[in-house]
Amino acid sequence: MPFEVSDLAELDAPEQEYLWTLNFGPQHPATHTTLRLILTLDGEKVVNAVPHIGYLHSGFEKLGEHLDFNQYVTIVDRMNYISPLHNEISWHHAVEKLLGIEITPRCKYLRTILAELMRIQDHLLNTGTCALDLGGFTAFLYFFQQRELIYDIVETASGQRFHTSYTRVGGVAFDVNNAWVDKVRSFIRGFAAVHAEVHRLLTRNRIFIERVQGIGYLSAEDCINWGVTGPLARASGVLRDLRKDEPYLAYPDLDFKVIASKGGDCYARYLVRMQEMVESVKIIEQCIENIPEGPVNVDAGGKAVIPAKPSVYRSIEGLIQHFEVLMPNRGFPTPKEEIYAATESPNGELGYYIVGDGSPRSYRARTRPPSYVHFAVFPQIIKNHQLSDVVAVLGSLNIIAAELDR
Amino acid sequence: MSTEDALKSKFADAGLAFSQFRDNRRIVVPAESLQPLLTFMNQDLGFDMLAEITAVDYLEYEGATDRFGVVYVVVNTKTGERLIVKTFVNDPDPVLPSMCSLWKAADWLEREVYDMFGIKFSGHPDLRRILTPDEFSAYPLRKDYPLKGRGERHNFPVITRADS
Repeated sequence: MPFEVSDLAELDAPEQEYLWTLNFGPQHPATHTTLRLILTLDGEKVVNAVPHIGYLHSGFEKLGEHLDFNQYVTIVDRMNYISPLHNEISWHHAVEKLLGIEITPRCKYLRTILAELMRIQDHLLNTGTCALDLGGFTAFLYFFQQRELIYDIVETASGQRFHTSYTRVGGVAFDVNNAWVDKVRSFIRGFAAVHAEVHRLLTRNRIFIERVQGIGYLSAEDCINWGVTGPLARASGVLRDLRKDEPYLAYPDLDFKVIASKGGDCYARYLVRMQEMVESVKIIEQCIENIPEGPVNVDAGGKAVIPAKPSVYRSIEGLIQHFEVLMPNRGFPTPKEEIYAATESPNGELGYYIVGDGSPRSYRARTRPPSYVHFAVFPQIIKNHQLSDVVAVLGSLNIIAAELDR
Repeated sequence: MSTEDALKSKFADAGLAFSQFRDNRRIVVPAESLQPLLTFMNQDLGFDMLAEITAVDYLEYEGATDRFGVVYVVVNTKTGERLIVKTFVNDPDPVLPSMCSLWKAADWLEREVYDMFGIKFSGHPDLRRILTPDEFSAYPLRKDYPLKGRGERHNFPVITRADS
């Protein structure tokens, strides 16, 4: 029987049966945490991607309605656990705005240094693992060794490496000393060399560039329309940085640049993150030499603030204040108001919407997680890419599942 | 002309209430005027970014008259202006118009509000639960949902090894 054209058409017709489905995650080394993608593939080309999230949903916002402003800090630093201290700083920034507390200059500088250390820490992990997922093991090891040094600094300040719960309403748990300042100085001295080394390893590495250049393109208009912020938006040419636009902490006093690129692809995101680390080091250098003297916590006369330990042990006023703040049946008056306060976290705009109802607990403690907003873009930018690009794009978006699902 | 003045002249009889707390500029708008207001802000006033949608359940809030408040944080990326638009919806059928056609960011943010509070968004392209499983029947961030308890988990279908 002779071959006819109509037979071929028949084969192609039924509902694209040649497409196949791949379940990516929830457990996969490249997802870094638990998230799941249902990919529809045409050969190796991604036709459609449907994200399924919620595997790490643990009701953090519900818990926030039952813990007071100081207790909830232990929960927020488990959200973006790549830069835990930044979450705490951001949370107490919002709380202090609600309560109308102006923190001391020393605390502002201290928090700024810690926030920038967290930015470096986040970008180190992100660029390091992005290279690791694409096969570059060396950069990952170099960067993780630097992360260890930052953990040391954080441990010296707070007594904890990771989930520090370091900030308090109106200040921090413990003041830092000169040994800590020396540690930060020595970290800065050593960091530039490692940074330059990884620059040499990756930035002009042909294998790395071919995996990331032109991959996962996101235009500036799309970034704004999708609500994308932080290094992702800046890599697409959106000049937006809350440290400049809505200055908080010590940022108005400091000299630093907003790093941006017009590339919009994974390579541009890598470059922006690399350069932001340099700017963060510059910020830390300016801060560490100019930490103002004086108290680190605001005066405990303001009702919401935990008094310093010496005054608790040696004076009756301090003891009373301590119990007023910490006993669950006491508490302090808070305004019956609502506030939205955002900071520039390493990942983007990290905002908190807090509703106060007069009690020392928030009536509603909403987190605006940058990862959540960024992951919504993923199905759009992965279309028509190869399967292997999924890993590169996921890495460059820096999706942290604990923050994604909360 | 400031944004507030522009909105006052455009929506003179819509019943907008303006207020400010710290640096937050806020507008309370009746639910029926929400769509025209946000459309006007997006298309004529240049509020091109939707930073946040969230909801608050005022069930146990002292002095509250409405059940749910829904909050939109909109940003003008050219000028850096940030406004907070708030509206109220009530039981038994809390529905608001979806903003997906104006800002694509609304897609997942509205899904989360639906998942956590049960507020529906009419016109949303894909209004499914996002953080909790599809079988979940409650809305966990409502105030009448308990903090502790066995929860819905014991109702979930269990696949035994023999059936798998």
